[in-house]
Amino acid sequence: MSLLTDPLVQRMLLVGLLVGMAAPIVGTYLVQRRMALLGDGIGHVALAGVAAGWLAGSAAGLAQRDALAVPGAVIFAIVGAVIIERMRSRGEAADVVMAILFYGGIAAGVLLIGMAGGSNANLLGYLFGSISTVTWADVWITAGLAMAIVAIGLGFKAALFAVTHDQEFARSTGLPVEVLNLVVAILAAVTITVAMRVVGVLLVSALMILPVAIAQHLTRSFTRTMYLAMAIGAALTLAGVSITLTQNLQPGALIVVLGVLAYVATTAVTSLLRRGKVPS
Amino acid sequence: MTATDSQGVAGLAAPTLSAKDIRVSLQGTEILHGVSLDASPGEVVALMGGNGSGKSTFVRAVVGAIPHHEGSISMFGSPATPDSRKHLGYVPQRVSAAGGVSATAQEVVASGLLGYRVLRAPRDTPERVRAALRAVSVEDLAKHDVSRLSGGQQQRVLIARALVRDPQLLILDEPMAGVDLQSQVALAHALGHLKEQGVAIVIVVHELGALTRLIDRAVVLEHGCVTHVGEPPHDLGVHALPGHDHEHPHDDEGTGLRNALGLEDPR
Repeated sequence: MSLLTDPLVQRMLLVGLLVGMAAPIVGTYLVQRRMALLGDGIGHVALAGVAAGWLAGSAAGLAQRDALAVPGAVIFAIVGAVIIERMRSRGEAADVVMAILFYGGIAAGVLLIGMAGGSNANLLGYLFGSISTVTWADVWITAGLAMAIVAIGLGFKAALFAVTHDQEFARSTGLPVEVLNLVVAILAAVTITVAMRVVGVLLVSALMILPVAIAQHLTRSFTRTMYLAMAIGAALTLAGVSITLTQNLQPGALIVVLGVLAYVATTAVTSLLRRGKVPS
Repeated sequence: MTATDSQGVAGLAAPTLSAKDIRVSLQGTEILHGVSLDASPGEVVALMGGNGSGKSTFVRAVVGAIPHHEGSISMFGSPATPDSRKHLGYVPQRVSAAGGVSATAQEVVASGLLGYRVLRAPRDTPERVRAALRAVSVEDLAKHDVSRLSGGQQQRVLIARALVRDPQLLILDEPMAGVDLQSQVALAHALGHLKEQGVAIVIVVHELGALTRLIDRAVVLEHGCVTHVGEPPHDLGVHALPGHDHEHPHDDEGTGLRNALGLEDPR
């Protein structure tokens, strides 16, 4: 297939594969902690970071005004994630904090991009993803961050499982619970800024959560759920990107819709199988 | 009593757990007003009292799950640190709301092998997990999803998670609540075995039930203060305790349980 020799296609598939594989690792911990919506909260804050980076870039008179957009998103997302984690560990209502970050992030993003002399159109690429504009520099950054997520997320799986499964017991064992909670929050923030490029901040959480939800239909083990979700995430992004090579569709949205369809299909099949077992 | 009394006098072995004058406040309200409790090797201490008396708050403070603002806790003869929790096994109250991702019994039990500066599963994890599940007779459930087990089976998995640590001090919070008779008897046998091995056990209980034979001493809490230390209330006598407020119908004769345990009628 001649498409595969096109460097842009190679970059898109490579970024899609890396993000699709890394995002469900963090997603598994978030679902385990019943914080599936954390990604959305952080994603909205990351958008404010994109705009702040844009503002800083134009204030500094940089030729490429969005050069600081991704660093801005990383910083804002980490700060947002740490704030949510601090509030949660103090027993504050995490859903209210997240709701406030949702609106605050979007509103601040729109205001800041205006102040930077940009328009809301400049934000669209970040809201819905812009995988077709990735450069080789983007690929290397994505690869580095994705490898870090995989290394930490899988390397410390035992400890991160213990903390997300039963925090009270984890404390009694002497595990550094606060540090591990921060690791989960920072991993989530980094994952979101990496995945932002593929599906956009509005859909970023879907890439973390949907593969986990699908995998949960197929296995009852935590470890297998995580590995299976990684495979499903990679398959979804590769399928989504591949289809958009020949069809004029938006890749980020297509990936999420494919994930939702896969979720509905596995739900239907597993419930049919279960119903079939009952009478026997 | 000061710290020097327990260490110096006649070379007595230090108690496995010594909690002194523990005060705990939650959201600005003091819940525990200076609670002390000691447990020595091979001793089983029952922590009793009505709902809201502070039993769970006390054990959560002792294991480090919540902070205490006054008082001291020493374990194995020295002040408690994250490192000293290496030989502590804690069985929290069984929570119905488990994590959002299902996990197998062996995965849950394996998490008990971690601790201070032990962030990765040790090499001998599979064997130790299997042994711990065997100790509470649920080795056949190793690959089952914990959230789909019965209350008694879940409780046994949580106890296995504490036992896999080879604890010298075992602290259990209401392990018999919502647990079937068969599991109660299995738990009582497992705890009896640990007591013989010299493990100090602190157990929060509502009713002594299957545990009656094992209890050496009872500490009764009421409104965050100790109101009784000494002989455990007589079998089924716990129903006479102030603050005993449950309303479920129960076997007043206690015969079913006694038959299961091979006990004589105390009356």
